[in-house]
Formats: sequence, C-alpha cells, structure tokens
Amino acid sequence: MSSHTGKFGEYGGQYVPEALMPAIEELEDAYQRYVLENEDGFMDDFRARLADFGGRPTPLQHAKRLSERYDRDVYLKREDLLHGGAHKLNNALGQVLLAKYMGKERIIAETGAGQHGTATAMACAHLGMPCEVYMGRRDINRQRPNVFRMRLNGAEVNPVTVGRGTLKEAISETMRDWATNVEDTHYVIGSVVGPHPFPAMVRDFQRVISEEAREQIREKAGRLPDSVLTCAGGGSNTMGVFAEFIPDDDVDLYAVEAGGSSLEVDEEAGVAPNSATLSTGTEGVLHGSRTRVLQDRDGQIMESHSVSAGLDYAGVGPELADLVDRGRVTAVNVDDDHALEGFHRLSQLEGVIPALESAHAAAYVEENHEDLGEVILLNISGRGDKDLETVLEETHGRDIENAPEIETFAETGGFQ
Amino acid sequence: MSRIAEAFADGPAFVPYLAAGDPNYEASLSYVEALERGGADVIELGLPFSEPIAEGPTIQSAIVRALEGGMTPTRFFEFVEDLDVDVPLVCMTYYNLIYQFGEGEEKGPEAFVRRAAEVGIEGFVVPDLPAEEAAPLREACDAHDCELVFIVAPTTRGERLERIMSQVSGYVYVQARLGTTGARADLSDQTDESLARIAEWDVPKAVGFGISSGDHAQRVIEAGADGVIVGSALVDIVAKGVERGDPPVTVASRLESKARELKEGALRGAAGSNEQPHPERT
Repeated sequence: MSSHTGKFGEYGGQYVPEALMPAIEELEDAYQRYVLENEDGFMDDFRARLADFGGRPTPLQHAKRLSERYDRDVYLKREDLLHGGAHKLNNALGQVLLAKYMGKERIIAETGAGQHGTATAMACAHLGMPCEVYMGRRDINRQRPNVFRMRLNGAEVNPVTVGRGTLKEAISETMRDWATNVEDTHYVIGSVVGPHPFPAMVRDFQRVISEEAREQIREKAGRLPDSVLTCAGGGSNTMGVFAEFIPDDDVDLYAVEAGGSSLEVDEEAGVAPNSATLSTGTEGVLHGSRTRVLQDRDGQIMESHSVSAGLDYAGVGPELADLVDRGRVTAVNVDDDHALEGFHRLSQLEGVIPALESAHAAAYVEENHEDLGEVILLNISGRGDKDLETVLEETHGRDIENAPEIETFAETGGFQ
Repeated sequence: MSRIAEAFADGPAFVPYLAAGDPNYEASLSYVEALERGGADVIELGLPFSEPIAEGPTIQSAIVRALEGGMTPTRFFEFVEDLDVDVPLVCMTYYNLIYQFGEGEEKGPEAFVRRAAEVGIEGFVVPDLPAEEAAPLREACDAHDCELVFIVAPTTRGERLERIMSQVSGYVYVQARLGTTGARADLSDQTDESLARIAEWDVPKAVGFGISSGDHAQRVIEAGADGVIVGSALVDIVAKGVERGDPPVTVASRLESKARELKEGALRGAAGSNEQPHPERT
C-alpha cells in the first residue's frame, strides 16, 4: 500500500504552501531511509522504545460477557492500555524520534481530544525535545485532564480561538506555525491526514496494532477474525488496526464514524451535525491532501460535530477514503446516543471504560453483531478517563437507557 | 503581451490585495476601486476559503468577515463584474474552491477559470497548490489566456526552482520571509537572497509578505524587484474601520492614500535603481 507518489487512487498528494514543500521533501527522504529502510537502526530503536516506554505489546482480551451476550467471540485489542491511554503514542513516539534523527530542534502538534497532544508531550519529555501543542479553545474546555497532562510533561498548550475552536482550526494554526519555523521545527501530525508522506508514515507507525492483533488472534482464536471494527475520525487507529488485514480478503473491515446528532447537513449554516466524512463527505482538498471532506456545495469546509472530540473532524485519511471507495473497507456510523450506550455497556460488562471514540465501534457491534461473523476483533483505541466529565454531562442531559444512576454526581457539580 | 505583463513592463508595479466582500459586498467594491485611484497596477482579489492555511491573523480575520458577509465563489464573480476598475485582476484563493466549482462533468479548474475569465480575471495565485499538483489548473489557464502565478519561498531551492520556473506566468510572487502573510516593521535578508536566486528568470518578480510602508516598497524595488505586493497593511485599514464603525467612504479614502504612499515608495525605489543599478546596501 505504500506509495512513493503519495497517491491512494485519486486521493492524497501534497497541497501545501510552497514554503513547506522543502520540509516535506526532507521528511519524505527521512521516511524512506529511517522508517522504510531502517537506516541507523531507527525502527529497532522505535520498537524498543514502544516496548520499554510505551508498554507494547498491548493485550488482546477475549471479552467473555460480550461474547456471551452476542453468542460469538469478541476480542478487544486493548490500545487503551498503551502508555498515555491511547494508540496515539505509537505515532507520536515515532515522529518525535524521527525528528530527532533528522536533527530538528522543536516539535509542534495539534490535538482534538487531547490524546495526540498528550502522547506528543510524553514523547517529547522522553526524548528531551521542546514541545508546543495547539488546541481549540472548545476542546480545551471539554478535555481539561489532558491539557493538564500536557503541561505536566512540560509542553506549552496554545489555545486556538478562531472558528468554532476545534481540531480543524487547530490543524490550520499548526500549519501556520510550521510555515514560519519550518527550518528547525517538525510538525507531528496526529493522524493519517495531511500532505504525503504523513498519511503513509503515520499508518506505518500505527501498523504495530494490527501486526500484534493478527498474531494474537491466531494464537487465541486459532484463526483470523471474520471482522475487524474500529472508530474512524482522521483514521490513524483505523489504518493501524486494518493495515495488516488488508490483504486478507475474508476479513471484513468496518470503519465506524461519528454520526453525531444527525446525518442531515445544514448547508446554510455551514454545519454538519456529525463527523461522518466517509459516509457523507465528498472529494475535496483539505489540510494538504485530496480526500473526502465535509464541505458545502462551494467547497467551504463545514464545522463537524461529535460527542467525542477525537472524532470531531471534517476530513479523513486519503488511504482510508480510497479503501472505502474500492469496497475493501465498509464505512458505517453510530450516533451520539448510541455511542454513550456503548460506553456504558462496555464499562458495565467488561470493566473497560473506553474512550468515547472507541465506544462508537462497540455500539456498532451491539446493533449489528449478527452480520459480523463468529470471531469479531474490536479495537479499543483509547481509555475513557479523559471523557468522564463529558459522559457525565451528556448522559445526565439525555435519555441513555443503560446508563447507571448518576444524578448525585451531576447535581454536586461532577468532578469540579 | 498580456495586460499583467504590460503592467510590469511599465514598472515598478504596485500590486495590492484585498479580500473580496470584506466586510460586506458594497463597501468592498468601493475599497477595491479606491486602490486603483491610489495607483494600483494589478489588484489581487481574495476569494475567501474557510481554511486559509497560508494566511496570518490579519487576512484570516478578513476572510472570516467576508464569509460572514455572504461571499461565495458565485458572488465573487458577480463582484468582479460589478467592479469599476481598469487594471488587471488576479484571483487569489485556495484549491478546494477551484476544485469544487461548477456542476457534474464540468466541475473543476476548467469551469472555474472559464467563469473567471468571462468576468475579467486575468490571473490566479493559489497558495496551497505547489507546482507538482498544478497541471490541471495550468492547462485551464492556458486554454483561457490566464496567468498562473507561483510563489517562491525563502526555502525554495534547487530542483524546486526549476519546476516553478517552467510553470510560472504573469509574475513570480517572491515571499519576502518565512511564515504567513502579515505586515512587519522590517524586511528580512531573505528577500535579497530569494531575489538573487531567481535573478535570471524571464518573468517579473513581485515581492510580498510583510510590506507595510512606502519605505519598504522603495527598498524592495531597490533590491531588484519589479513589483511589490501588499495585503495585510491594507486589510488592516479595513479591520480598523470595522472596529471603529467608520463609514465606508472614510475607509476608502484611507485605503487610497495608503495605496498612494506604497506606489510612490515603489517609484522612488525605481528612480534610485536607475541612478545606481547595483546600490550598496547597508
């Protein structure tokens, strides 16, 4: 799947200001040498750090009570147990280490839910690199524990107030910083998005999820799964858990998007009340690559929505968009209410409190398990600690049928 | 010779930028017209895109105001038709708007350039479209006798320079320093170095990014540029007008005198260059 032209079918490419092009060419060269050819033992260094610092391999857990409930075998790939609580460290550590090998002196990143910012801040502290993270003002408010974790690791967090103050604006702002400081700074993009080589490179850093999962499920189930499911925002955990299964034609791959409150779009207001880019988006050019995006008829990018900040993005990785077009990956979506139900169910039945992002995929299994075969692999991309305040607020504010009694918490002001 | 080439041949060219529709359609028309009265030789008109990744805060805010004022690609072309100016117009926008323009089979760069040429646009600057991805737009521009301007950054070197040189037409936009657009108090050495790298190119060189005064304009022309591009310093006048609630006629007259200052600076620079072809710089 690796592509030297940076194209995945019609998608991909490099649509960035001229000032950034030399840095991108330099990065292409570094990706080729260090990542693909393991020059100076880069990949060995990366894998050793993922093990010692990151805690890999993460377990593949047979989810006993879910399996009983659905009368089939459900396995959870526990990326929530990776250091930092999400798959994000795989990529952040890879890129910060690469920047170090390239002789860069400063790291910048953007973050939505704060997981990527946290992972980047941790990787920077681990490797001794200065780090600045751009984060939408709105996301800062709804993901405060992660903001604090970034600060604890010594990163600067720069609030982005333009637009609606979410990931889309934070990415644009980080690109501006990069364009100003490109000579000594590396921009750690948080997903399989952006100009080539980012989509391919980030996938290769995340590929470790499916390398492990494929081995582990063979050991535990004695065979490959019938289906692999995971949530899809930008698509980094998605590509990570799919990558090694793509050649396995008998394994169905499901990318579960955030259906938000509705799939209908308000063209007039320029708002999509969802983040279901693969399901409802159209081809366009955003943040450096040609891909599927949520946009109005004129090509203005829409504000997206999801109860989960990590999925709240108007674009998606170009490779994932191409895999969906080619029919190798099925794009489906789950709305906010069902995602909350999925969150509570996994917490109650398995003792795993998932990120709201991952809860979307769990909810899809609940509704559709009969179509997913006998052996189901569900990627838990991250843990839900960062989402507790959101879950409290959103569960209290609406009718989620399997939610526990939480009135007392809500009335006493939650965790504040 | 294209009208843009003529504007530079009569040089030094003063090339101001405003976002079309900032802060609203009617006021913006009068602002663009004021630039011509102030001495503009070519005008860059911004067609606002929601994710302007190459712009600094000043122009980004202008784009937000223009979008909130209802500017769209369709309105933009009406805007150009309604403008009463004689100087050549260049459309500055981001690729997604070009890519999405039109319907069905007709959608894309060809439809966009055809419509733009109909209303009198003679060139394009697309900051997120590097030479590698520009072939479809280049073809459309050739088909409709439009110029495609590319940006040369301080980081652009080697093969990239060749690639840009083979595609650029109208003028080359020399980015004075790294970063995004925005007025600055001084000019960087990067300008001189960038100009030196492309000294042999057979296309006019216009320097932009950070030019905010007549003195800057003078220095850029003295350094060997054929033109100066000024955006943020003008957009700033519009922004201050919005902030203070000044009537559009007042803002238009401020824009006109700022334009005059910049044009006169450029002229002084050219006069200086003529007397001293290779001035010693301190």
